[in-house]
Amino acid sequence: MKYMLLIYGNEANVLSASKETVGQMIAAYGAYTEAMKKAGVHVDSGRLRPTSDGTTVRVVNGKTEVLDGPYAETKEQLGGYYMVEVPDLDAALSWAARCPGASHGTIEVRPLWVM
Amino acid sequence: MPPETDQHAGPAPAAEAAEVVARRSYGKLVAFLAARTRDVAGAEDALADAFAAALVDWPANGIPASPEAWLMAVARRKMIDAARRRRTDESASGHLQLMQEELEAVNETQIPDDRLLLMFACAHPAIDPGIRAPMILQTILGFDAATIASAFLISPATMGQRLVRAKSKIRQAGIPFRLPERADLRGRLDAVLAAIYAAFSEGWSDPAGTEFRRRNLAEEGIWLGRLVASLLPEEPEALGLLALMLHAEARRGARRSPRGEYVPLAEQDLSLWNTPLIEEAEAVLRRASRMGVVGRYQLEAAVQSAHVVRRMTGRADWAAIEHLYEALAAIIDSPVVAINRAIAIAETRGPAAGLQTLDALTDDTRLAEYQPYWAARAGLLARTGEIEAAEQAYDRAIGLEADPAVRDFLQQRRAALRGRAGDAGTSA
Repeated sequence: MKYMLLIYGNEANVLSASKETVGQMIAAYGAYTEAMKKAGVHVDSGRLRPTSDGTTVRVVNGKTEVLDGPYAETKEQLGGYYMVEVPDLDAALSWAARCPGASHGTIEVRPLWVM
Repeated sequence: MPPETDQHAGPAPAAEAAEVVARRSYGKLVAFLAARTRDVAGAEDALADAFAAALVDWPANGIPASPEAWLMAVARRKMIDAARRRRTDESASGHLQLMQEELEAVNETQIPDDRLLLMFACAHPAIDPGIRAPMILQTILGFDAATIASAFLISPATMGQRLVRAKSKIRQAGIPFRLPERADLRGRLDAVLAAIYAAFSEGWSDPAGTEFRRRNLAEEGIWLGRLVASLLPEEPEALGLLALMLHAEARRGARRSPRGEYVPLAEQDLSLWNTPLIEEAEAVLRRASRMGVVGRYQLEAAVQSAHVVRRMTGRADWAAIEHLYEALAAIIDSPVVAINRAIAIAETRGPAAGLQTLDALTDDTRLAEYQPYWAARAGLLARTGEIEAAEQAYDRAIGLEADPAVRDFLQQRRAALRGRAGDAGTSA
């Protein structure tokens, strides 16, 4: 089954972190991604730029509205994702628990629709 | 189809046979079908169809030699048909074939017992804790949603929705049907045991057994406890839970007077305790304790053992009880444990010491609405001669109690305070 691991965290903390901390974080994510690839479960992954670089679009009464910033202000923001292919939820959960983001944020594990 | 007997049974024996098979093999058949398809609701539907087919077929053609195998064969066919109807696109056909092969790889006369796997799926950490016990009752025992709803005091519609949602989650989120990895087993087993204990406790909360559905629930809880203990004989906590439930069940008959009045443990008629159940509980607990891993259910069962020594010595082993509650308090943060520890201390070191222990709990906001805290406090205040404070505490307890028999008992105790007021000062 395919699962998305959605990484939520406080992006302000990451943006204000020291260079050293950020370097450590990037190294930890690198190792994590590599371990997933070695295990043959990695489908795709990516890190999102901060919500301040985001733009929200919606069409209201046929008119396209474009807004600067995120759709909603929340305490934790979506900061990145992994897509994994594993046999079951337990396997997905154990990968989620290993994600560096799990120790200072939240990982939401969502199965994909089977099409 | 398995061979069938040639006798022509009327509708009544056929219905009876179906009933007997339903009772004995329902959970096993659901577990088998669900474990291979992850589709709990689909397995239940297929089995319901198979039972309906049996009620038509058996009266005409006779009850098959192996009713279980017959039901299995029909349910399997129904399940494959239903899956075929649902998934018509090419990408799904591989999955369908796999499922069909898996379902058909098994000889109907030797259906594997996957009930434990089903219970682990129902009690998975990704499932809402409140629906785990109801789902186990429904899938393993075949209780309908209305019966479960009334036992758990939830509206049938809400219970039905929550069960549907949980079953869908098992399927769509890919919750596995297998024993958890060794590292996870103990923690996940706790959830299975907690669900069984919740089912038992719901039944236990109807002490007089007046409400048949609830009384049944306590028996089914023990039945599930026996099942898990037999499937995981090396897990001391599974044995501990079984011992605990057996001990509690053994005293059912003594918890109410013939007139339906509440009888506290200390005043129960020992001749009404069920000796065979107590002996079984003790044997199970001894087996658990030889494994050398202590846990909450074993400790709670050991507390019951220490109460039961009253049969031999005339007095519960309060020193042991105090010690056991101390050990329990170290494992679980529960006001129940804290209060029971204070009651034990009152027995070993006197009511004033017990009260002191209760006083230390007043920071716990959960206690303000907790009847046993106020009842315990009232009882200890009465023994130290603080009549007015005892009356106030009884009032709190009475106001918080939902069971009329217990409420009457508390009111009698409160009324007796003034009667005893004259000698309370000297006896304390």
